[in-house]
Amino acid sequence: MTIPEIFETMEYGAAPESAAEALAWLVDQGDRFGHFIDGAFTTPSDGFEAKNPANGNVLASLSQATQNDVDAAVKAARRAQPKWEKLGGPGRARYIYALARLLQKHARLFAVLEVMDNGKPIREARDIDVPLAQRHFYYHAGMAQLMDSELPDAQAIGVCGQIIPWNFPLLMLAWKVAPALAMGNTVVLKPAEYTSLTALLFADICLQAGLPKGVVNIVTGDGAVGEMIVAHDDIDKIAFTGSTDVGRRIRAATAGSGKALTLELGGKSPYIVFDDADLDSAVEGLVDAIWFNQGQVCCAGSRLLVHEPVADLFYAKLRTRMGKLRLGDPLDKSIDVGTLVDPVQLQSVSEMINANPAGERFVADVDVPEAGCFYPPTLITGLHPADTLMQEEIFGPVLVSTTFRTPEEAVQLANNTRYGLAATVWSENVNLALDIAPKLRTGIVWINGTNLMDAAAGFGGVRESGFGREGGWEGLAAYTRPKGTRRPLKEIAAFEGDGAPQDTVDRTAKLYIAGKQARPDGGYSRGVYSKNGALLGHASLANRKDLRNAVEAAHAAKGWSATTGHLRAQILYFIAENLVVRHAEFADRLNNLTGSRSGAKEVDAAVQRLFTYAAWADKYDGQVHGVPIRGVALAMKEPVGVIGAICPDEAPLLGLVSCMAPAIAMGNRVILAASEPFPLAATDFVQVLETSDVPAGVVNILTGAHADLAEPMARHLDVDAVWSFGAAAHSAVIEKAAAGNLKRTWVNHGMARDWMTSDGEGRAFLEAATEVKNIWVPYGE
Amino acid sequence: MSTTTTDPVVAASHGHLPQVTEPRNPGLPLDMNWVRSVQANTSAIERRAGTIGTRRSVKKAHQAAWLLRAITCIDLTTLSGDDTARRVQRLCAKAKQPVAPAILDALGMAPITTGAVCVYHDMIPAAVEALQGTDIPIAAVSTGFPAGLSPFELRLREIEMSVEAGATEIDIVISRRHVLMGNWQALYDEMAAMRAACGDAHVKAILATGELGTLRNVARASLVCMMAGADFIKTSTGKESVNATLPVSLVMIRAIRDFYDRTGLRVGYKPAGGISKAKDAVTYLALMKEELGDRWTRPDLFRFGASSLLTDIERQLEHYVTGSYSAAYRHAVG
Repeated sequence: MTIPEIFETMEYGAAPESAAEALAWLVDQGDRFGHFIDGAFTTPSDGFEAKNPANGNVLASLSQATQNDVDAAVKAARRAQPKWEKLGGPGRARYIYALARLLQKHARLFAVLEVMDNGKPIREARDIDVPLAQRHFYYHAGMAQLMDSELPDAQAIGVCGQIIPWNFPLLMLAWKVAPALAMGNTVVLKPAEYTSLTALLFADICLQAGLPKGVVNIVTGDGAVGEMIVAHDDIDKIAFTGSTDVGRRIRAATAGSGKALTLELGGKSPYIVFDDADLDSAVEGLVDAIWFNQGQVCCAGSRLLVHEPVADLFYAKLRTRMGKLRLGDPLDKSIDVGTLVDPVQLQSVSEMINANPAGERFVADVDVPEAGCFYPPTLITGLHPADTLMQEEIFGPVLVSTTFRTPEEAVQLANNTRYGLAATVWSENVNLALDIAPKLRTGIVWINGTNLMDAAAGFGGVRESGFGREGGWEGLAAYTRPKGTRRPLKEIAAFEGDGAPQDTVDRTAKLYIAGKQARPDGGYSRGVYSKNGALLGHASLANRKDLRNAVEAAHAAKGWSATTGHLRAQILYFIAENLVVRHAEFADRLNNLTGSRSGAKEVDAAVQRLFTYAAWADKYDGQVHGVPIRGVALAMKEPVGVIGAICPDEAPLLGLVSCMAPAIAMGNRVILAASEPFPLAATDFVQVLETSDVPAGVVNILTGAHADLAEPMARHLDVDAVWSFGAAAHSAVIEKAAAGNLKRTWVNHGMARDWMTSDGEGRAFLEAATEVKNIWVPYGE
Repeated sequence: MSTTTTDPVVAASHGHLPQVTEPRNPGLPLDMNWVRSVQANTSAIERRAGTIGTRRSVKKAHQAAWLLRAITCIDLTTLSGDDTARRVQRLCAKAKQPVAPAILDALGMAPITTGAVCVYHDMIPAAVEALQGTDIPIAAVSTGFPAGLSPFELRLREIEMSVEAGATEIDIVISRRHVLMGNWQALYDEMAAMRAACGDAHVKAILATGELGTLRNVARASLVCMMAGADFIKTSTGKESVNATLPVSLVMIRAIRDFYDRTGLRVGYKPAGGISKAKDAVTYLALMKEELGDRWTRPDLFRFGASSLLTDIERQLEHYVTGSYSAAYRHAVG
């Protein structure tokens, strides 16, 4: 077109970013890649091709890792780990800082290569992915520096297997590698099969940074390689970001292995627009929510909920805005929406949308290139929660929507999902926004903004969006473990006997459900004997139906989670007070049950523990993270919800209290499976609870065989977390069964804990009893 | 360098974009429900404004063409206490031939002019004389500019005198206190009276956004002025400490869009003050194109209030033609 013509039409024209440097880098590498193991690239072997999804061009050929490759990578990481950890935080900080600097020096190369491999628009790679990746390395260089002083009780986990997705290849690498390295771990990382190139470029800068060999190892390949990493005996921790289905498989596969696990999975994040919102800004927010990275974002605001008074107006504005989106060559600097990552993904999105009979589909009136994996921005209104597309993750540029009438209904609809990653709220009313935010069952809430991310604020979800956080102080827990070693737990069998009853009048120890003493559903009890065979009483044998009833009761007691820390502290003190009154009786009971003479000491410790968590109830504060916006990211500590706990066998009262107190102090409701061999201290304790103003359903106590309760507890889809301090076998059962709703688990893997000391209390328990929700509140008038 | 022989009269009409006849905005009754419902979330607006320039990149021939379009949208301005008739004549000469003919030739462009010249009331006769035979409009700032605090009757009279003197566009300043006190009726009445005083001359309402305190006030004042019949809304006098910014522009053009969506009437937009770089001009045009559409990138609906912008654009155009970065002294001052 001539200049006078353009003068008339005011078209944008092409503004392509050059691919020359990235192509030259690929040529320099021979267009063929091996793995990066022990500080060197291996000889390329058979494998697969890296393709540009915008035009199908082959970029390079990559190697499919074999078991031998994975073994070699793990071996290199294992060999390097002790020295890397011993280098100390400040020593590691230097290297991580160098990686950050090198990412910055090669920023454009990383961005262009990412675009060619992934299909995302260059603007996003250049302005978002790469700067955020740098930021993660800078931030965690600082965390390495501060580790010795700020986390004196923490140490590295060891060798971390990290499996990352194709939607943010470099950024997800940064989220995984930076904190792992900072805390003294070494890594074996597998990039996604579709998008391995920037990981291989990162390997190149590891060499430029002089990173000790074996600290970072990168193997390429498909899901089979991921499975090799997950199954590897010499890996201590698995960190996975990807689909919920694969996450579930990893949860099941690692169950009982003792591997630490964090999962960052799918989402169907609600995007809530109230009638008092700045509607134009909320529309623009949707561009960043669902058309960012073609909607291939785990936290994409993909489920639009609009307040009825403004719904029609809002939809009209949105449709107009959609017409302004520009699809095309991802390397063009004026493109808003690039290509999906692969023809397979394009087909998956197309099929899902074509299979949907409901609602009204609006396709943006924009030019769609014929070649390449492009899918047009799409809005489907008039859907209902019952429609498949309102529940299933599409992972493409398709927004689905329904309306709501009241704030309460907005919360109900928002939470009507198996996922729980992020949520967005638009309202100019600070009261409304800050009231809604804690009610949303997600790990992240953005108020009047969306997809705000930073290394200083934890990222991660609840429910089937996974567990664990990446970023912030809260993210470091994923890459550290407490110092010290644990001894194996000695398993305890119940005493047997045939002696006469000890009580002169028969007492019936029942289950404690919904604030009432309840007979077991199955109608069975077993005798509990002292060491010398005297019959101490009978304990109910709870079954899965009793468990179900307890979970129902715990949910009915949801008001507990909304109480103040001060109130919960008062009740914990009151429990302690009432326990002290019956000190001698409990001491005797414990001595009789366990055959030891430490009953009095255990009661003392239990009282102390109650005091400890009464103290914590209003002091386990959240944080305000220093994120780079004008605004705050409030890291709020929220209760997990309903927690089931297999209490320790060896400390019948103290163990029970040690599980109960932190959980209820933080606002959870609990189902406690009492000490299996010595259940009668727990049933006596029911009387203490009954006299201590504990609301019905907040604490539920079951007795019986742990083996009968552990699996149904972990499989129950309305239980949010399960802890086990019982026998070793329960750990694997629980972790495996927890894959159902991907609930959090905290199990002992058969290792002992000293309940009489500080080992039996403190921050580890508080952490397990809380979720960190990051609420982003940009402000400014 | 060759000179063109084209007659300036022909040039002006030839180079100008075909004028599309828009019905003037007759205004509508003050709708307080609408005014009160307006929201403006500053952080979100800043984020959008911050990515306009990074979401769109206009390069090479397209950039040159866009910059030529920008020139046709400039209200070439002098508003100084030391303005003289000859100073204004120099400005008008530049308005008639804003780009060296050799550069236009190289670009294959017919002659163009700026969108208007903008002067104080006393300078109108000088401008009328200098622009005789062209169709370049003369805009006058005519209401006790820049504070707008002279007696109301005098401000109205000043408008009438400016129109009588030959100004076809009147840039009025609103009483900021009406906005700051939430007295929307007073603002509406003032604007309506000034609109009436303009007669056939088009009226641009200067909101002095840097003195309105909040973006919500900017949005509300924009709406009220449009309801009262403004043909254009304009950010600033150029004399406030903060003048045109992208966030303020976004708020004002979204108000224009809402007004159009409800009434079908197109109101123009004029950012003024602080726009001095060619790159900024491209960003503003992209903002108009994205938020309002191509129709709002033409001079009947979009103007830059600027004095030094033109020189930077000329430098960029010469760079496009020669491949060498240019110097200001190579381009005629206005």
